[in-house]
Amino acid sequence: MEGVQILVDGFAISALYALGAVGFTLLFGVSGVLNLAHGGTLVVAAMIAWLVATGLHLGTATGALAGVLAGLAFAFATYAAVVRPIQRSRAIPREETEIFILTGTLLWGIMCQTALAYIFTTNPITVPALIGGVVPILGVRTPRNEILIALACWAVIGALWLLINRTRTGKTLLAASINPRGLTLLGFELSRVHLLVWAIYGVLAGFAGVLLATFLGASSDAVGPLTASAFSIVVLGGLGSVGGSLVAAYIVGYLETLTAYLVAPTLRSIPPLIILILVVYLRPQGLLGRR
Amino acid sequence: MALPRFRLLQVSVLIVVIAALLPLWLSAYILGVLTTAYYFGVFAMSWDLLFGFAGEVNFGPTFLIGLGAYTAALIDNLLGWPIPFCVAAAALAALVGGLLLALPALRLRGPYFGLVTLVAVLLLQNVIVIFAHFTGGEIGMTVPDVLSVDAGTNYWIALAVLTISAVLLFGYSRSPLGLILQAAGQDPVEASSLGFNVAKHKLAAFSVSAVFSGVAGAMLIFYLGSASVDVVVDLAIAVQIIIAAVLGGRRTILGGVIGGVFLIAAGQVLLPLGQLSTFVVSAIALLVILFFPDGLLGHALRRSEQE
Repeated sequence: MEGVQILVDGFAISALYALGAVGFTLLFGVSGVLNLAHGGTLVVAAMIAWLVATGLHLGTATGALAGVLAGLAFAFATYAAVVRPIQRSRAIPREETEIFILTGTLLWGIMCQTALAYIFTTNPITVPALIGGVVPILGVRTPRNEILIALACWAVIGALWLLINRTRTGKTLLAASINPRGLTLLGFELSRVHLLVWAIYGVLAGFAGVLLATFLGASSDAVGPLTASAFSIVVLGGLGSVGGSLVAAYIVGYLETLTAYLVAPTLRSIPPLIILILVVYLRPQGLLGRR
Repeated sequence: MALPRFRLLQVSVLIVVIAALLPLWLSAYILGVLTTAYYFGVFAMSWDLLFGFAGEVNFGPTFLIGLGAYTAALIDNLLGWPIPFCVAAAALAALVGGLLLALPALRLRGPYFGLVTLVAVLLLQNVIVIFAHFTGGEIGMTVPDVLSVDAGTNYWIALAVLTISAVLLFGYSRSPLGLILQAAGQDPVEASSLGFNVAKHKLAAFSVSAVFSGVAGAMLIFYLGSASVDVVVDLAIAVQIIIAAVLGGRRTILGGVIGGVFLIAAGQVLLPLGQLSTFVVSAIALLVILFFPDGLLGHALRRSEQE
């Protein structure tokens, strides 16, 4: 009975983790940017969805749409205000761009967190479920919303897969991640590809933030921890490997759920951290990483 | 070329003399703020040694600081050793922690190592909370011994720690060893092809950085009279140290002092803004990074060299 419960809950949580991390890893794979304001994008989307859905009484569907748009807008703001100025700066040596982007986005994330705490307070918010009711799965009463969330996550990830592997635009993203110089030689404007990947990232993170708000809830304090868990999932799977992130999300999601049910909910974050350190020591490129 | 460096020495001596005389006319409250700021300056300088010279992004300077601080606090509480012995034990504990961190750093590059340091802080924080019976958990623990009850004495001790650390760390960074370290950080392949043992120099840098972090962390809690996660371990503190070092100017060591004092002072000045003070400080740091990537001191030094 408890076993099935862990299987079901773990599946939904892991699907959410996967969606939350996939944009982060795509962004790194295509443009080499580790966005340490990632948690900020998720929470901004969650807060706006909550504001529109319950503050303005426009319903969860409208709220969700507004949240995704807010995630997109925040992603563009991060790119325009922090990442692009650093990439274009002449005063910053090229080999140090990466470190400056890490520090810059970290500061941007803290600004986002404090601004959100000022506007919305640090109290956690929950967006009302899209659909109510429960269905039994093998004797476990499962909220329909939880099933919907798992399906929605996989639908979005599936759409991303189709976009990358089956469309011309998506293939330019793939090419940019393999050989950016080759892509420019073929006449593609690299800055446009970057803009596109930031847009996709914004939509993915926006979706993840909204779904998070309807499932586990969100608060401004979650900005840092969310960034940290996305970062660890992505490194565990292998930086830049979308498939690896999906596998890693399920490992982390199930480990946390197992610990929460069988040991103690307060210790849930520890086993993934230990696994992560072990993997980084023994296999620095991550589970499915290249190089 | 020699002139600015000579001027830097003169200015530094002048600043230390003025700083030593400050207790004559400043209030105990302001002295207290500066005392914290000076320990913060040591944290930032130790961080810059790893970041600016060894080329390692340490997202968790508070792992080393917290290790030192909690070791000192636990020994003082459980064994009742005198303060100097507690501080020595803190240095030792931080050294072990630094070597543990250095192991992955020798194998991993950039973001991977950064993540390990981040995780190290989270694990330390969890361990402190789990063993709340000894460590006081999230509330923290008081230490029976304090350095002094007089604000002036505490201030002078902090200034002495800061000055000694600054001289040693700055001397290390400008010595031939520091130069090799910088080469190892910027291009490990070329440095090792020139015959330098990259691993040895990086291990040395980690050890030095760890010892200074641990000692300053222990001194800070003996000044405050208590150790808590919010003050010496939390990631927010780690981020502040990074901001201080980058703000002051990376690869300058002394910039960390300027950044640390600026950050703590700004926090006090902006106190009326409440929650928004962090927002303003982060925004200032972001603007400095975007427009003066060399930091305050780095920018000033470059200007004077160009003249």
